[in-house]
Formats: sequence, structure tokens, C-alpha cells
Amino acid sequence: MTPDDGYVLLALFLVPLLSGVVLMLIPSRERSVIAAFTAVSSLAMFGLSTYVFVAYDYTSAEQFQGVRAWDWIENAGLLGEHGIQLKVGVDGIAAAMVLLTGIVIMAGTWVSWKIEHRSKDFFILLYVLVAGVYGTFVMLDTFVWFFFYELALLPMYLLIGVWGSTRKEYGAMKLMMMLVAGSILIFTAIFGMVSATGAGTFDMEVMFRLAPDIDRNTQLLLFPMVAVGCGTLAGLFPFHPWSPDGHAAAPTAVSMLHAGVLMKLGAFGVIRLGFQMLPEGAEFWAPGLIVLGITGALYGAISALRQDDLKLMTGFSSVSHMGYVFVGLGTMNVIGMSGAVLQMFAHGVMTALFFLLIGGMYDQAHNRDISNFSGMAKLMPVWAVFFVIASLASFGLPGLSGFVAEVHIFIGIFRAYPVIGGLAVLTAAITATYLLRMFATAFFGDVNPRWTGLSDITRAERAAATVLAASIVLLGVWPSWWVDRISTTIATIPGVTL
Amino acid sequence: MSDLNFDYALLIPEFILVGTAILIIMADLFRKELGLGRLVLPAIAALGTIAAGAASLAYIDDVDDFANVIAIDNYTTFFRVLFTVVLLVVVVSGYEYVERNIRHTGEFYALLLLSTVGAIYMAGARELLTAYISIELLSFSLYVAVSLAKTNPRSAEAGLKYVLLGGVASAMLLYGMSLIYGTAGSTQYSEIAAAFSGGTSEYGFALLLGLVLLIAGLGFKASAVPFHMWTPDAYEGAPLPITAYLSATSKAATFALLLRIFAGPLLPVIDQWQWMMATIAVMTMVGGNLIALQQTNIKRLLAYSSIGQVGYMLMAITTISDASASALLVHVAGYLITNLAVFSAVIAFHNRTGKEELDDFAGLAETNPYLAMVLTAGMFSLAGMPLLAGFVTKFILFQAAASGGYLWLATVAVIASTISLYYYLQVIRRMYLLEPARGESGRWRLSPAGYIATGTLTAGVFLVGIYAGPLFTVADRAARVLALS
Repeated sequence: MTPDDGYVLLALFLVPLLSGVVLMLIPSRERSVIAAFTAVSSLAMFGLSTYVFVAYDYTSAEQFQGVRAWDWIENAGLLGEHGIQLKVGVDGIAAAMVLLTGIVIMAGTWVSWKIEHRSKDFFILLYVLVAGVYGTFVMLDTFVWFFFYELALLPMYLLIGVWGSTRKEYGAMKLMMMLVAGSILIFTAIFGMVSATGAGTFDMEVMFRLAPDIDRNTQLLLFPMVAVGCGTLAGLFPFHPWSPDGHAAAPTAVSMLHAGVLMKLGAFGVIRLGFQMLPEGAEFWAPGLIVLGITGALYGAISALRQDDLKLMTGFSSVSHMGYVFVGLGTMNVIGMSGAVLQMFAHGVMTALFFLLIGGMYDQAHNRDISNFSGMAKLMPVWAVFFVIASLASFGLPGLSGFVAEVHIFIGIFRAYPVIGGLAVLTAAITATYLLRMFATAFFGDVNPRWTGLSDITRAERAAATVLAASIVLLGVWPSWWVDRISTTIATIPGVTL
Repeated sequence: MSDLNFDYALLIPEFILVGTAILIIMADLFRKELGLGRLVLPAIAALGTIAAGAASLAYIDDVDDFANVIAIDNYTTFFRVLFTVVLLVVVVSGYEYVERNIRHTGEFYALLLLSTVGAIYMAGARELLTAYISIELLSFSLYVAVSLAKTNPRSAEAGLKYVLLGGVASAMLLYGMSLIYGTAGSTQYSEIAAAFSGGTSEYGFALLLGLVLLIAGLGFKASAVPFHMWTPDAYEGAPLPITAYLSATSKAATFALLLRIFAGPLLPVIDQWQWMMATIAVMTMVGGNLIALQQTNIKRLLAYSSIGQVGYMLMAITTISDASASALLVHVAGYLITNLAVFSAVIAFHNRTGKEELDDFAGLAETNPYLAMVLTAGMFSLAGMPLLAGFVTKFILFQAAASGGYLWLATVAVIASTISLYYYLQVIRRMYLLEPARGESGRWRLSPAGYIATGTLTAGVFLVGIYAGPLFTVADRAARVLALS
């Protein structure tokens, strides 16, 4: 990537923001115009994201590429030499996350066209959320980074509260308050880091250089703040309770984006502010991260066993899969940490596909309790095929995305802590159990006459599901595109062993 | 004192404001005889305010003073512009309300204009007695203005409560000032600073008592916990435009004064007051935000919310430095814009429905999506969410406190700010998640003035939130006058 690609990174979050502004000007009754416009803008986001991922040159010595800065809040006495800059740039991890966002927002836009209640407002808020997500991934200034991080949370309350289902008020409030409470720690950690570096700047590149020299005790204090603060958004056990309730209550596209992308924002924050800036703190706390990660993985999987609501099951499954991410990060070796980032991507596309399919069915049946269904494979064959693909990826079938990610994590953890590795494998077995139990109950057997009126998923949903399923397969069979970009970046993190 | 500078040209903006006030009272007296329409008084007030604001711009980068008592510098200019803008907003967004609910419209506008003069001199004062007189000019105007609502019996009650407690506070303030005068031997800020910087051990208890009384008196004016008791009652009883004005100019003026005093004459004795300020700041931000959780009336909710905001601002005084001074100015400006956006929306809502309970906002997103959007933007901005003014200004304010060595205080502020999100969301929840009351589901529109006021202010909230650079530069230049290092 050249520095001029900074404009592409800028466009990544400007496209959704400006799309939101344009949408405001379109009258809400012009539904076809809104659909056409969002189609174009979601394609643009997908295109730009793909470009960023492809153009990221992992052979180059430059870790951050497409770096470009614009003055935003200029030197105002208190802000140091350059004030606050709108500084963009990506490393391999961010490039992969940008691609993930592009895929999920495109699919999410397509399945949202059938929303009838105030659809325009829905898209505006959805695009604000996506702008926040993109901004967090590409920003290289701590202040602006946090700005976009919070921006991604801002629309959640209304998105869930207005367009959600089942206990939506409760789910929306719980999610919002828990996530903002997590931000308290991030806020404080950022203040602490900026003060401790003494450089008087929020510039991340400067902080990457100076922060590792912060004295050990301060690092030991700051790292858990980052890990818990960002970890709350990533569904880190025991700070996850917002996740199943929030995901169950959210409308389809929001569940897709939230479980698919937003939770990764949290894990990304732990890497950016935690591992990349506070290596001594990371080294000290990594075992703790592994313990919480594996507990979350087991806990999520066991809880998912007991769920009847499909969305709650997927919500707990997300907690379980995100537990793997923390296990991988805690290994502090290249393969395990690369596995964590791969898992972020793999879980993102997979869980988005899950929520898309559950939404596609719920919109017709207005019910999603597993025990109420049977013989769905005969009623909705296309739907069932996609569901099987997502499930197989979820328990790590070779050739699909989940396998690549989990193998990396397992190798990493067996190198570092073999006992925990055993527990991780056990979790994978439990995952298989709850998914197979669901298949046995809902997919096969006699057709329940109550549901004979159900038709298969719509064309837009099929297209979106195809994109997601294709990404699952692509990562499964051609992982090197991802692994090369991610592992070269992981190797630059201080304190990480081979 | 032969070098006194009686350059009356320095005070032209205030002459314009006072002149406008007199003109309005005269016009009101002869309203029938002259056959004046109902728009004339607010129009005169608005024009006078604009003229005064424009005239203030002529003093940019001046470093001057009037008779050693009022400084005319960038700091004063900053607040002159800010207060005239607030006044203009209150006049424009409030005139319909005033027409319907206020008995003496002439007095209403005149009092507002006069209190703005008081507010400006609070920012400009460089001498204790001038500061005191300015405070009283502001306060007395507001004591009367609070009780002007003709339909609301609570208005008179609020006025009485405000004036009684305000009197006690003034007494404490004056006693505190006299003790400081007694120890320092002067009422001039610069001479007090010189006296204190030579060591204060011989003053002992008198100085400490003076500081306590001064902080208590000013804490009352700023409605800091535990001196906040009058605030919710006065806010609830006062006519809405006055409530908006109380939460904006009255607060900001107190902070203009606080900053000038505590960054100037009292800076040498920082060890003696810093802990008091920190204690009050914590009590104010935690207390205000916790009590706000239980409110069911929008005015009382905003009253406690503004108390919470005062806590954040007191934090900046506690950690006084050039960084926190300019951060405070930025935050004050951002807070004023946001709060006025919320209030002008509430005024527009009240003009239509005559109601002000939180439950009356149910389903506003159906009946008036525009107004619901304005209120949502305002609420999220007050809670400190990004894209909106609140995020940037709060972040910088908290950052200034943290880098001043008060990370724990900044952490308390962040926690308090998170608590506040819950009650702001309660307003948003009612507007978007609940259905309108039966028989009130029809769409309605605002008056043109309502659209202008809410639209401009909301644009301002977004502008500060997205591109705060210019505001920072201006605030920085204003704060530099204080010559903190």
C-alpha cells in the first residue's frame, strides 16, 4: 500500500457516514430508492474493504501501511505539538478486520431490505454503527480511535430497542449500559497511558514506540483495564452477560454486525492498546486471560447446550468462540495469537451467517424455539444447507474457516499450556454436541404440520448467505491469504515468541 | 491611583445591552399608545443582543482594563460572545412561550438583558467587590425572572426559595471575601496574588475560613452539591426560557468567575483549597447524577443533569493548569450549546402540549420525529457520546484532569458520566420505544422560530462534535490570558 491509500482508508468510514446523511434526505416512503442506494453504498464498502485487504503488502517492512494524517483539532496548548490528528493506517490484523466488516455489512444490508417499520432510520443508524467500526479498525490516534469505538456503541440502543424482538427493552438497556461501563476502564487506561508516556500526544505510532517503556508496575495496572474494558465488548467471561440477551433481542442485521464485527472490535482493542502497547503487562496477565478465555469457552458451550431459543444458543456459542480468541491471545506465541485473529474473522462470518438464517426463519415463523420445530430440512432445504455449512464451520470441520483458526489456537496453546489445550478440545466437542442436538431435533424427523406454510429464504438472503458461506470456504481452503498478513503483524508485537 | 483608566469605550457592549433593556421597558410602557405588535419586544431584545455580541468582537486580543476593576481581554471577550449568543437563543426560542405564559413581557426581556451584563462582568471582574456586585446583578435579575410565570403557582414558590437561599449564599460569599481582604490587604486580584505568594503562614485560620465561605457561596451559585438544594425547585418552577438561561449563563458565569479567581489571586494558596474543591467536585458529579436517576419531570431531570455537569467543571478548577483552563472553556461552550438545544426542544414541546413530565414524551418519535432527533442528539451529547459535542469536550476535560495528576478524579468523572447515560436513555426510550398517548398520535410541526433555534443549535452540537478545532483555538487564546503555566 502507498500513503495515497490513506484516502481509501478515509473513505472506509466516510462512505457509511455520508450515506447516512444522504439517506436522511431521501423521503422515507421511497423504499425502492432507499434499497437501491443502500445496495450501491454497501457494495462500495465491500469493494473498498476488499481493496484494503488485497493491497496490504505483508512482504513490506512497513508494519502500518496507507498511513496518512489530517489535522483535526489543531495545536491547542494542551494537546502537544500536533494536537489531535485524524491519522489512518492499517496493519495486517486491521486489514483482515476491515475485510470482515465489508463482508458482513454487505450481507447485513441485503437482508435488511425487508424491514418495513421506519426502514430509512434503521439504515441510517446501521451505517453510523459501521462507520464507527471501520474508524476503530483504521485509526492510528488513540483519541480518534476511542471516538469511533464509542460511535459504534451509540446506535445500538435504538437499533435493538426499536427494531428488536423478545425482551428488546431489557436487552438493549443491558447491552448499552454494560458496554459503556466497559468504556470507563478504556477511558481511564488511555488517560493513564498518555500520561505515563509523557509525550503529550495521542498518536498511536508514537505510543507504540514509547508505551512499552512505561514502568512495569504501571503496565501491570493498565493492562487489565484494557483487557476488561475492551474484553467486555468482546464477550470476555465473566463480563459477557449482555451478549446472549443483546443478540437475542437485536434485529437480524444488528445481530450479524454485533456478533460478527462489534465483538471483534473489543478483541482488536485488547490487541491494539493491550498487547501492542503494554508488553510487560501483557506477559504478566496472559495466563489470566487464558483462564478467563477457556472458562468462557466452556461456560458458553455448556450454556448453549441448554438453550431452546436458537438465537440465545448462538449468543452463548459466540461467548464460547470468543473465549478461544482470548485463549489464543494469551499464548503469547505467533501461531496462537494468529489463531486468535483468524478466529475473530472465522467467527465473524460464521456467526453472521447463523444470525442471518435464524432471522430469515423467525420473520416467517415468529418463533425460534428449537423444540417447536422438526423436519426443517425438508421445508426449507436451501436454508438448511447454509445452516449446516455454518454449523460445520462452528465445530471446526477441516476445509472450513473454523478449522484453520482453531488449529492455530490449539497448536499455540498446546505449546504454552498443554492442560488448557485439552480443555479447549473438550469445548470443541461440546460445540459439536449442541449443534448436532439441534440438527436432530429441528432439521430432521417428520415435518411439523404447523410449519408447512414456511417458504425458503428470499433471494436477497440467499445472495447474502452465499457471500458469507463463500468466505467461510475461502478461509478454509486458502488460509495463507489471511495467515500471511496476520502472522507478520503478530510477529512485530513485542514479547511474542515464535 | 492616578493611573485609573476610565475609557468608557471599553464597555460599549454592556452599554448596548443596558440601553436595549431601558428601551424595552419604555416600549412596554407605551405599548398600547404606540400600537406595537407582539413581536416588537423580542425583536428589539434580539437586535440589541446581536449588536452587543458584534461589538464585543472589536476587543479581540485587547489587553486592557476599566479603572482597574474590569479586565477587557480575550477571556472577557470569549464570555461576552458566549453570553450574548445564549441570550439570543433564549429570546428566539422562548418568545412564543413568553407571550403565552409570562405576565410582564417587557420586564422579562429587560431582566434577561441586565443579568447578561452581570454575567459578563463576573467574567471580566479583576477585583472582589466588582465580582460581588456582578454576581448580585445577575442573581437579583434572576430572582425576579424565576417568579414571572403567571399560570404556575410554583413559580412564586421557586422565586422565594431562590431568593432566600441566594441571600444566605451572598452573605457567606461576602464574609469570605472580607476575610480574604483582611488577610491580603486588597481586593485587587493581582495584589491578593502578590500578598499570598509571599507565604501565608501568618494568616492561619482566617484565610482558611475565608476560602471555605467563598467556595460555599460560589458553590451555591454554581449549584454544587451540597449547596444545590434550590436548583431543582427553581428549575421546575421557573418559566422554561428562564430555566434554560439558569442552566446556561448563570452556570457559565459562575465558572468564569471561579476560574479567574482560583487561577489568579488564590493560586498561591492552592494547597489550602484544592482538597475542598476535589471533595465538592466528587460529591457534585456523583450526587447530581445519582439523584437524576429518579426524576420524572424533564426540568428536574435537566436540573440534576446540570448539577452533574457542574461536577465535571469543578474538577477542572481542582486540577487547575493551562490545559484544564482551556479544556474548561471548551467544555462550558459545548455544554451551553447542547443544553440550549435540549431546552429549545423542550420549549417547543411545551408550546405544543403544555406538558413537561417525562411520560408525556412517549411516542414523540411518531408524532414529531424531528424534535425527537434533536432531543436524542442533545441527550447523547450530554452523556458524552461521539459525533456530538459532549464527547470531545468531556474527553479533553477529563484528560486535562488526568494529566494534571488527578487520574482518580477523572475516573470518578467517567463513572458518573456513565451513570448519567442511564437517565438520558430513559428520555430516549420514551420517545422511541413507547407509543404516543391515545388521541395524540397526529403529526405536528414546530413554529419557524422553533425550527431555527433547534436546527442551528443541533448543527452546532454536531459541528463541535465533529470538528472542534476552531473552538479549541478560541478557548486556548482566551485561557492564555490567565497566564497559568
